[in-house]
Amino acid sequence: MPDNQAMIDVKNLTKWYGPVLAVDDISFTVEPGHIVGFLGPNGAGKSTTLKILTCFLPASAGKAAVAGFDVLADSMEVRRRVGYMPESVPLYGEMRVQEYLMYRAALREVPARQRKAAVERVAERCWLSKPENMMRRRLDQLSRGYKQRVGLADVLLHSPSVLVLDEPTIGLDPAQIRSMRELIQSLAGDHTVILSSHILAEVEQTCTNLIIIAGGKIAAAGTPGELRQKVIGPNRIITELKGAEPDALNAAVTAVAGVGSAETQRAGSWTRLVVTADGDADPRAEIFQMASEKGFTVRELRRQVASLEDYFVQITYEQNMDAQRLA
Amino acid sequence: MRKTLIIARRELAGYFVSPMAYVLVALLLLTTGLWFFQRIFVPGREASLKPLFEAMAYIMIFAVPLLTMRQLAEEYHAGTIETLMTVPVSDGQVVAGKFLGVMGFYLVLLATTLILLLLMTIFGQPDPGVAASGYLGMVLLGGMYVAIGLFASSMTHYQLVAAIVAIAICAAMALLPPLLVAHGGEPWGRLAMGVNVTEYFKDFASGRFDSRGVIFFASVAAVFLYLSVKTLESKRWR
Repeated sequence: MPDNQAMIDVKNLTKWYGPVLAVDDISFTVEPGHIVGFLGPNGAGKSTTLKILTCFLPASAGKAAVAGFDVLADSMEVRRRVGYMPESVPLYGEMRVQEYLMYRAALREVPARQRKAAVERVAERCWLSKPENMMRRRLDQLSRGYKQRVGLADVLLHSPSVLVLDEPTIGLDPAQIRSMRELIQSLAGDHTVILSSHILAEVEQTCTNLIIIAGGKIAAAGTPGELRQKVIGPNRIITELKGAEPDALNAAVTAVAGVGSAETQRAGSWTRLVVTADGDADPRAEIFQMASEKGFTVRELRRQVASLEDYFVQITYEQNMDAQRLA
Repeated sequence: MRKTLIIARRELAGYFVSPMAYVLVALLLLTTGLWFFQRIFVPGREASLKPLFEAMAYIMIFAVPLLTMRQLAEEYHAGTIETLMTVPVSDGQVVAGKFLGVMGFYLVLLATTLILLLLMTIFGQPDPGVAASGYLGMVLLGGMYVAIGLFASSMTHYQLVAAIVAIAICAAMALLPPLLVAHGGEPWGRLAMGVNVTEYFKDFASGRFDSRGVIFFASVAAVFLYLSVKTLESKRWR
């Protein structure tokens, strides 16, 4: 594929399940080597999008390409380059770990002579080689955490350029979540990873880029930093002052360089001002200086950091409200 | 072709770790064995294989659907269809692989009945020609039933539904045409003659090799395999 091309390119993708619109005209691109978190409440259309990207489901409209190959026209080429772990990590219960991975390696076109080495490599990487008998255990006797590791080992067998992981940490205990997160981070660079989750804290730590999806639409996309900026809007500063009438305090603060506007609120004998700064300016130092020059007392002066969490909860809430309205 | 064989080998190996397969082998040996010792393995009677093959053909109406029921239905049910259909294999390779895998176990099942033939050779002189053509007939008939079973399994998530549908189709194909031939009148009788599974099989069981039978069984199997591929494809478009 050409150097400057995105690893995943989705354009106006739409998916209807009968009369239900699951994915509504979404577009995004993923650069090589990035870890992209697909974040959204349950039923937002994450899994559906991932299933289309991995050639399991056909889209109703729009295009999706992986590594330059169209998922519909060049399905086999896409499948050769993608490792997909479905949400429930389905496995053949009657098979043994080693046997299963050898089978999957064969289906993934790993040459016969390299299969054993490939299985050993992924077993090592996914911490499956440790208890001596691990590789000989039956898959239906494994705990959830080990099943997840087998699922991940499977998708790494053919060293795919793109890994698609649907809810890779769901059902794991905290220690397992941490090791899974470390594992995924160690994959970045060599692989482009796209993973879905409905837990913000998790993707915020793991991913280089986030795509927030709700109600089948992309609500926001960017790096965690960018998103936080976008979500919070311009800088806001909260300050509580005493020493003059509220209106006078407001006028004094508004006059400070870098301050756009200020809202007055009463807080007992104190006056609370919610200050909106001009652009990226951070006029906290100037406000303090002004206050000390004029003899005002300052008891609070801080920048408001809105969390992505608040935004995400709000999106989720709105989607649920929409769903209720439609129902 | 390579991937077809990879899938076939997995399916075949799967039978040897499932209790269902052993139960089926036991049931087949029990029923054919009872039949054999009551009707055929009797001193003074002709060492004829025909009744044995005919009994086996009827048993397969129930045995084969029990072998095929899990093939695709279980993949849908467990969700493994998702991991299977996102690696570079085509729908056709999946169906062909599963067909060969089931056929492999069907041959094992059939081979267990060779013990009856062995007993007969020790105590009598069965006709080797009849034995060969009878087993060929069993393989052809089995191939057709396996294809029907795969088709039934490709339509549903439920193994039980797959088994019942397959038994219904196999039974209808084996039992209805003889009835129509006997009581249907024109033109049904003549039409039924062309699709008379029992009649085609009778030729093989009594040692007559008939290419019409080969073509009939093979083409019905091909049609049902094709339908299975199409059903598997269409599952994803819905």
